[in-house]
Amino acid sequence: MNKKNLPILLLVLAVPAIALLPVPDFWIAQLNYIGLYALVCLGLVLLTGVGGLTSFGQAAFVGIGAYTTAWLTLNTGMSPWLTLFVGLALTAVSAVIVGLITLRMSGHYLPLATIAWGLSLYYLMGNLDALGKYDGLLGLKSLSVGDIDIGQGRLFFVLTWAILLAGAVALLNLLDSRPGRAIRSLKGGTQMAEAMGISTFRYKVTIFVIAALFASVAGWLLAHFQRTVNPSAFGLKMGIEYLFMTVVGGVGYVWGAIVGAGLIKLLDDYLQVALPALIGTSGSYEVIVFGVALVLVLKYLPDGLWSVVARKLPSPPRKVDWQNAPDLPARSKPAPGDLVLQVDKIRKQFGGLTAVNDISFNIAAGQIVGLIGPNGAGKSTTFNLITGVLSKTSGQVLFRGNDISALPSRDISRQGMARTFQHVKMIADMTVLENVAMGAYTRGNSGVVSSMLRTNQAEEQSLMKEAQRQLERIGMGAYLHEQAGNLAMGPQRLMEIARALCCDPALLLLDEPAAGLRHKEKQALAAVLRQLQGEGMSILLVEHDMDLVMDVCDHLVVMEFGTLLTQGTPAEIQASPAVRAAYLGTEH
Amino acid sequence: MDFSIASILLLDGFTNGAVYALLGLATVLVFTVTRVIFIPQGEFVAYGALTLAMLQTGKTPGTVWLLLILAVVAALMELFERWRHHGNAVRALKSALKTLVFPALISVLSIWAAPQQFPLWVQAALSVAIVTAFGPLVYRVAYQSLEAATPLVLLIVSVGVHFAMTGLGLLFFGAEGFRNPTFWDERFSVGPLTLSGQTVIIFVVSLALIVMMWLYFERSLRGKALRATAVNRTGARLMGISSHTSGQLTFLLAAFIGALSGLLIGPTTTVFYDSGFLIGLKGFVAAVVAGLSSYPGALLGALFVGIVEAFGAFWASAFKEVIVFTLVLPILLVRSLRSGHSDEEH
Repeated sequence: MNKKNLPILLLVLAVPAIALLPVPDFWIAQLNYIGLYALVCLGLVLLTGVGGLTSFGQAAFVGIGAYTTAWLTLNTGMSPWLTLFVGLALTAVSAVIVGLITLRMSGHYLPLATIAWGLSLYYLMGNLDALGKYDGLLGLKSLSVGDIDIGQGRLFFVLTWAILLAGAVALLNLLDSRPGRAIRSLKGGTQMAEAMGISTFRYKVTIFVIAALFASVAGWLLAHFQRTVNPSAFGLKMGIEYLFMTVVGGVGYVWGAIVGAGLIKLLDDYLQVALPALIGTSGSYEVIVFGVALVLVLKYLPDGLWSVVARKLPSPPRKVDWQNAPDLPARSKPAPGDLVLQVDKIRKQFGGLTAVNDISFNIAAGQIVGLIGPNGAGKSTTFNLITGVLSKTSGQVLFRGNDISALPSRDISRQGMARTFQHVKMIADMTVLENVAMGAYTRGNSGVVSSMLRTNQAEEQSLMKEAQRQLERIGMGAYLHEQAGNLAMGPQRLMEIARALCCDPALLLLDEPAAGLRHKEKQALAAVLRQLQGEGMSILLVEHDMDLVMDVCDHLVVMEFGTLLTQGTPAEIQASPAVRAAYLGTEH
Repeated sequence: MDFSIASILLLDGFTNGAVYALLGLATVLVFTVTRVIFIPQGEFVAYGALTLAMLQTGKTPGTVWLLLILAVVAALMELFERWRHHGNAVRALKSALKTLVFPALISVLSIWAAPQQFPLWVQAALSVAIVTAFGPLVYRVAYQSLEAATPLVLLIVSVGVHFAMTGLGLLFFGAEGFRNPTFWDERFSVGPLTLSGQTVIIFVVSLALIVMMWLYFERSLRGKALRATAVNRTGARLMGISSHTSGQLTFLLAAFIGALSGLLIGPTTTVFYDSGFLIGLKGFVAAVVAGLSSYPGALLGALFVGIVEAFGAFWASAFKEVIVFTLVLPILLVRSLRSGHSDEEH
């Protein structure tokens, strides 16, 4: 915790100190610009560093904020304190439109769209008569409260940096919360997050909008600070520069935004004077240095400057403060003997290939069913059809009597079907506890705003308590605060099971949970599975380890070449000549 | 608007569209083979046009010095990395020299040829050669060691390269703009239309280049190797196709196409050191129409962009750029709706 608090404390002390000390006005003005740029970069940290979405168009959002307040205050005499919110609303609407259009597609379309949109907005601002064409709008009022002018010098510095600090703290709060963990999962692909019941698309749009709003506030401040707006500050070059600042500072770190903005602003000012003097003619030669520096940073320090600092700062474990938190509400469980899952003739065709051919089987409450078959038999595809990761060509799946055939994986997860993955999917830089808490995502409902304001703490404590309980349930109590990426394969798989259990499922689907486990770990896993069964859990197991399968399963479904070979009790399957032939071949 | 204006605009659109098509093809080519979204494609256009303009004045173009510097940097990188990798100094030196020799030869040739006032077409060929030599060097210096990075990192690198190349363009060419002489002064009248010789050249060269590229990718082993890399890098490498070589070859083609495009548009508009960016981006919009993956799609997209631009310029000339670049959004919307749900990037 104090890893986070240290920079906050420093800044909280430094800002009033700088304002009171006899720092030259020139440096106050520089710090004002740095604060404004850092505010934009803060949005990029969330969007690009954490969410993995790149935008070159943040300057355009700065422009929307700036032009909105400029036009409204000049033409309608509205108070800047009102136009701020008009600007935010306009920015949000534009961001939602751009986001809805581009965020469904793979990663590189968003940056392209933001380049195009940054350019067209620049030319639009530069050609509209109402916005003063390329000359822009002049004569804006400085910000004031009553009769006190707070729009210049030291007071403006305090205002800007207070907003920046508030933004940074809000972002840190957000990242350490239920929606924050969902956002942090976006970078690693959508499959795991969707299986936890998270709508990844919604979160992508959300962070795109939040980043745009940060930029819009910066634009509002900038307009009243400079008391003039013109398109050059909102062009694509500036948009690229914002990204550059963030990458240099450390795109994954909130404090990296401030470091990057400060460094680049100072370097920019220096080079704009030094390079033309060196070369002998005027011109913006600093782009050469920036271009080369950007390539070098990406090559040799891809995590930015702050990563060097972050490695040095201590990172003490999360404070355990949730012992007395209330339990999360649990869902009703099926009665023993009820049918939990009914799979009826599901089929999947990829072009001419039938990967899964009319497979049917049932799972009753408290039953462990094994799905086995040689490599390439279609087990994982069947698994993905049931969990909604792949769409079915035909057939029906009933879960506790409800038809879930057409539902996407996140809705299926919400009904109480949880899964693990054949290749472990986790967020390597979060702790085991936080990873597992993601499984309980659907059991909480705190949103982005309450997370930023930290009014979500009661729910957070309940989520953490549940995560700890599930980890202890499968014998992982010793690893709570370990970084997930540091775990060996076995514990990683157990962590996935704990995460699935956190969703309070009625049916657990495990995709090769024993792969990579040592003998003792397998025995422990078998014990865990039996214990879960004893508590009324139904389990579907895809597994190659026959000892484990024969040991724990009540019922086996055998597949070969996409079709159902046979099903029955382990003893029947072991005796079946057809199964022997499928695995070992036949004598001729 | 009557028929004659419409046909003039249409011709105008097709002429610009033909150049955008070339750039769009280059963008698609580079993206499919290397996954690099090559923003600096337009810089090659400006470099090409300005190099020719410099040769016209009888001076040694600044690109020659830049080429030499870049070649030395690339050679040093090659030397150092090979040496560190294999520990064999002779082999490292050999491969460094290989990197250096072609750009050095072109540079020496240019320095000798610049004051001789050769005919236009010789200077044009020389300009293309100079700028084409940049391609592999840019790949070697900026991208080669990041081959395994995600498209997003490569995109940001592209932006860095674009910045550097624009700034260097300013340094070596100055802020002044140039308009090149036309290659063919003839004029033809077809109904209400007047076709200039330059327009004819643009069409012929674009068409020839597209056919050549088609032949190259369909009929030659090298071209097929590039296609293999585009489909599956690892698989191609296992078949002995070096991804370094593929990348450099692709950038060679991209630089060649860029330089040629620069010569084509040079006589129709004044080119500044930073003009390439917008021209390149329009080629880019064309490539986005094609989903960055289809050559015929990029061609159609480019003609579409050219026509939209021509008509946009007629109806609302100030908003020409706004119209062209806003076009990307509806295009992306259509692609987004068609693609259904988001794809897993793994």
